[in-house]
Amino acid sequence: MSSTKISVMVVSGSLERLQMAAMVTSIGAVSGDDVTVFLSMNALSYFVKGHTGTAPAEGEFGRIMSSKNVPPFKELFQKALEFGDARIHPCSMAMDVLGVTDKDMEPYLAEPIGLTKFLTNAEGGRILTF
Amino acid sequence: MTARTVIDARGTFCPGPLMELIGGMKLINVGDELELLSTDKGSASDIPEWINKVGHQMVSTTEESGVWHIVVRKAK
Repeated sequence: MSSTKISVMVVSGSLERLQMAAMVTSIGAVSGDDVTVFLSMNALSYFVKGHTGTAPAEGEFGRIMSSKNVPPFKELFQKALEFGDARIHPCSMAMDVLGVTDKDMEPYLAEPIGLTKFLTNAEGGRILTF
Repeated sequence: MTARTVIDARGTFCPGPLMELIGGMKLINVGDELELLSTDKGSASDIPEWINKVGHQMVSTTEESGVWHIVVRKAK
């Protein structure tokens, strides 16, 4: 089984995009890929401790999906960590803007990193943005 | 004798059934089988892809009254 490096940048706060990012992350990680997630902009606040993970739908599909038994995106990100080779980093800039520190974030997140480090890590692999 | 564990993932959508299957695979021994019940048609085609990619074995896939029975064998 060949391993692919996948870097997932998540900036949207919409349900559909968060769900798709979590699906790619979990499926990639459980399939043997090396997955790094970078959470920034509107995506970050969902990963502050205590956030329910309820995101607004962007369109019709998201509204329909909300009524179905689809695995919650925060749970899928955690499955990626549990079953595969993945790490999820909050963006240090977005943390500064929100005024949160490491201890405010979900405990399963890796250390905060900046864009320079994310892009350096992503070299030679695929970058997907949601 | 080969042991077979049944996991009921009916009613959950992709990738819920796959995640339940992977969780179940961690608990069984090499050579044992797992039967996943799923109502998600997408998972019925996607799970064999995952099994082949990571090197386990597909035993059978059958559909009865809208329920897929996906039987896999842990190979490693």
